[in-house]
Amino acid sequence: MYDGGKIIIGLIVGVGLLLSPFIYDAGKAAKAPDPELTAKAKEAKECVAETSYMKSSHMHLLDEWRHTVVRDGERYYKAKNGKVYYKSLQTTCLDCHSNKSKFCDQCHDYVGIDPYCWTCHIEPKENK
Amino acid sequence: MGVDRRGFLKIAGISALLGLGGKTAIDFLAPGDLEASMDAVPLTEGNRWAMVIDMQKMDEEMMDKCIEACHSEHNVPDLGNPKDEVKWLFKEEYEHTFPGQKHDYIGDEVKHKNFLLLCNHCSNPPCCRVCPTKATWQRKDGVVMMDQHRCIGCRFCMAACPFGARSFNWGDPRKAPKELNPDFPTNQDYPTREKGVVEKCTFCAERIAKGQLPACVEAANEIKENVLTFGDLADPDSGVRAILRKHYTIRRKPELGTEPNIFYIV
Repeated sequence: MYDGGKIIIGLIVGVGLLLSPFIYDAGKAAKAPDPELTAKAKEAKECVAETSYMKSSHMHLLDEWRHTVVRDGERYYKAKNGKVYYKSLQTTCLDCHSNKSKFCDQCHDYVGIDPYCWTCHIEPKENK
Repeated sequence: MGVDRRGFLKIAGISALLGLGGKTAIDFLAPGDLEASMDAVPLTEGNRWAMVIDMQKMDEEMMDKCIEACHSEHNVPDLGNPKDEVKWLFKEEYEHTFPGQKHDYIGDEVKHKNFLLLCNHCSNPPCCRVCPTKATWQRKDGVVMMDQHRCIGCRFCMAACPFGARSFNWGDPRKAPKELNPDFPTNQDYPTREKGVVEKCTFCAERIAKGQLPACVEAANEIKENVLTFGDLADPDSGVRAILRKHYTIRRKPELGTEPNIFYIV
C-alpha cells in the first residue's frame, strides 16, 4: 500500500472527528421533560380520551379533528364517557392546557419536532 | 408552511402508505377511537345557504358596521394598501358591481353608490373547479369553503373567480401595520392566516354550525332588520325565498353561469 501510514492516520482522525460529538455527549442524555398540567387540567382529571391515548396519539386525534371540522363540518366530539366537546385546538385544548410552553413546547423541542399550528392558530398568552 | 421540497416529498410518500393502511392501523392499535368522533352532534341544517341584500335600505354607515363586524370576527387585517388588501366583505361602486348593467343614463344616486360585496357562494363555483388541491370546495349546504391547511397559494382560484372575492396573503397578516391594527388579532377564538394562502368569506361556517347568523347579518340586524337576510334557498318557507318572491332582485354577472347565491334589491 502506498502511503499506508498517512492513509491509516487520516482514517483514524476522520473516524475520530465523526464520532467526536457522540463521545462528547456520552452519558449526558437530556432528561425527557414531563408535561406540566395546569390547575384547570388537573381538576378536569380526564382529557377528551384516555391519558395513554392522548400521550401517544394526540397528533392523530388533532389531525382527525382538523379534517372533520373543516372538511365535513362536524364540529362536536362525543367522548367515550358521553361528554361532548367543541373540536377546537385554540379554544378547547388550550383552554385547559393554557401553559403551552410547559405542556406542548418542551416535549416537542425534546423530540425535535416543530408543528406549524401556531403560524395561524393563536397561542395562549402565558405568564412566563 | 416551513416544509421544503424534500420534506414535502417524504411526507407525500409516507402519507400514501398511511392512506393504504391508516384506518386499519388505528383500528388495530386503538379500536373504537375513530368511531367516537364520527358519532357527532348534527350541524344546523341547510341545503343552499344564500343572502339577500336590500340596497334600498342600506347606507354607508351600515356597510362599514357590517365590514367591521366581519373583519374583527375573522381577524382580517387592514394592510393600508389596496394592492395587498384582504377582502371578505367589501364595497364597490355600481359600475364595478354590475358591469353588464351599466349605461350612460343611470341616475347619479345609483351610479355613485357603493354596494356591499362578498363571496357569492356560487352554485357552480369556478374557483373549486380549478383548485388543484381541493383546498376550496363546495359543501353540501352550498357554502364554498376554504381549507387553509391545504392551500398551496397557487392563486388559480383568484384567477377563476369573476367577482374578485378572493385575496392572497402576500405577507404574514400578523405583521400588518400596528397603527392600523392596534389590537390584532381581534378575535382570540379564531385563527389568523399565514403568508402564502388565499382567503375569502366562508359565510361564517363556524357560526352557522352553532346556529348563529353570519356576523355581517347580525351587525346589520342591530341597526335595522331585513336589510341583510340569510337563509336556505332550498326551503320554500324560508325568509330569503319570501323576499325573492316579493321583490325583483339581481345578481352579479349572471351571464357567466356561475349561479351566484347573493341577491341584490337595487
